[in-house]
Amino acid sequence: MNEKIIMAGFGGQGVMLIGQLLTYSGMNEGKQVSWLPSYGPEMRGGTANCHVILSDAPVSSPIITKATSIIIMNNPSLGKFEPLVIPGGDIFVNSSLVDIEVERNDVNVYKIPANQLAIKLGSDKIPNMIMLGAYLAKHPVVSMDTLKSVMEKTMQGKKAAFIPVNLSGVQEGIDFINQIK
Amino acid sequence: MTKKLMKGNEVIGEAAINGGCRYFFGYPITPQNEVPEYLSKRLPEVGGMFVQAESEIAAINMVYGAAGSGARAMTSSSSPGIALKQEGISYIAGAMLPCVIVNMVRGGPGLGGIQPSQCDYFQATRGGGNGDYRLIVYAPNNLQETADIMSEAFETSDYYRVPVMILGDGMIGQMMEPVEITPPKKKRNLPAKDWATTGTDGKRKPNIINSLYLNPAQLEEHNLKLEKIYEDIKANEVRYEAYNVEDADVVCVAYGTTSRIVKSAIMECEEEGLKVGLIRPITLWPYPDEAFDKIKKDCKGLLCVEMSLGQMIDDVKIAANGRWKSYFYGRTGGMIPEPEDIKNEIKKIIRGEK
Repeated sequence: MNEKIIMAGFGGQGVMLIGQLLTYSGMNEGKQVSWLPSYGPEMRGGTANCHVILSDAPVSSPIITKATSIIIMNNPSLGKFEPLVIPGGDIFVNSSLVDIEVERNDVNVYKIPANQLAIKLGSDKIPNMIMLGAYLAKHPVVSMDTLKSVMEKTMQGKKAAFIPVNLSGVQEGIDFINQIK
Repeated sequence: MTKKLMKGNEVIGEAAINGGCRYFFGYPITPQNEVPEYLSKRLPEVGGMFVQAESEIAAINMVYGAAGSGARAMTSSSSPGIALKQEGISYIAGAMLPCVIVNMVRGGPGLGGIQPSQCDYFQATRGGGNGDYRLIVYAPNNLQETADIMSEAFETSDYYRVPVMILGDGMIGQMMEPVEITPPKKKRNLPAKDWATTGTDGKRKPNIINSLYLNPAQLEEHNLKLEKIYEDIKANEVRYEAYNVEDADVVCVAYGTTSRIVKSAIMECEEEGLKVGLIRPITLWPYPDEAFDKIKKDCKGLLCVEMSLGQMIDDVKIAANGRWKSYFYGRTGGMIPEPEDIKNEIKKIIRGEK
């Protein structure tokens, strides 16, 4: 296994968080992992992305120049990262917010109306979890049990109350992809 | 202890405490701000002290004072901040005090940018301050190595009474990897700090921490004493990683972040049947000259890859000593070399086009 995933969107959408959850889960399942964030003079509403690698072999460069999957949460991110996807790779698009089309025809495109699905679940804060679920439906690289235990470890105190809704978001993303195939 | 997923700058902080550091003095600058942030919370928990100084110059002189009293002290900054600290670093080296200085290098010159760079190689290895002095300079390329080196750095510095510098960049500082912070593996027989200004209680002559020697004969004697220590360090502290060097038609030389990108390029070359090796200096000073002796005679060339316009290439040429041709590829200003471009450079050397 050598999953190279870029997650990208606006600051505040939680792309860093889903990247960390996936990385942490991969580590707990014995994979070699790295998480590399973009950083810069950026603020909420600016662009944010992270590079996540889950691999059986030690990670050489944590910078992804050939992505196996990308998770896209806003328009500018699609233009920026679409060229980096390998032929046959997957692009997961939050179609609630992205209204431009993927131009390439040598990749698989999955459109997930993540904001609408989130509102249906009663929380507008979990489109990121739905996108993570969509990715996991196609790439079950970590189990839901591991993901749950990582959330329990990283979301403590007041945040613990949000674990169930976050998990329901991940499950919603998985279910959405499974019902369209 | 099991592995934890940690950010590089936090690894620096936790490993410093693990290595016995109890005093941090610094001034904020991107991309190393999580180091002081982390230590401001953690040091008081272990009986230590965190001070945000009014400037970089103040911070390094606080390190000078704390180290002079025998404490394990450190500072961290990024390129322009480290430039400001050079006077203090030279004084600390002259006064033979142990301390650790972290430089999360960013693009320069001047204020430059905040993205990863390796443009401070000369500053770190050639003495950014005045005088005949050396720092022991480490350049880890992953977070576990960062943790291990940082944990041992204070012990090493105490042993030689020479400041240690850790060179990273924003990528090492900002990324997360699994890390296990364990007690330093290399235990040294440390001499008592009988030179420290700890108060005489009226029982001994005062200790004086100083780097001023107006008598040239005395200063020469002092310099030769330092030189003897540096020779000792050269003989005992060289560290490097060598990958498939003996058999390679091209040997790449890279350190820190860049070495990981080069490793990716090398693995892609291997898939195409090319024989490419890597020398990765872990100590930038002392430089691992000995690693080059294993390269075969008819190797087509060495390719030094840096995030600068060519600084370590000088040391590569010194180590090669005319035995092979040395080539350079670099990006600068915060731009990161891509595996594809490195691969092309390697192939040019193999085809004799460089």
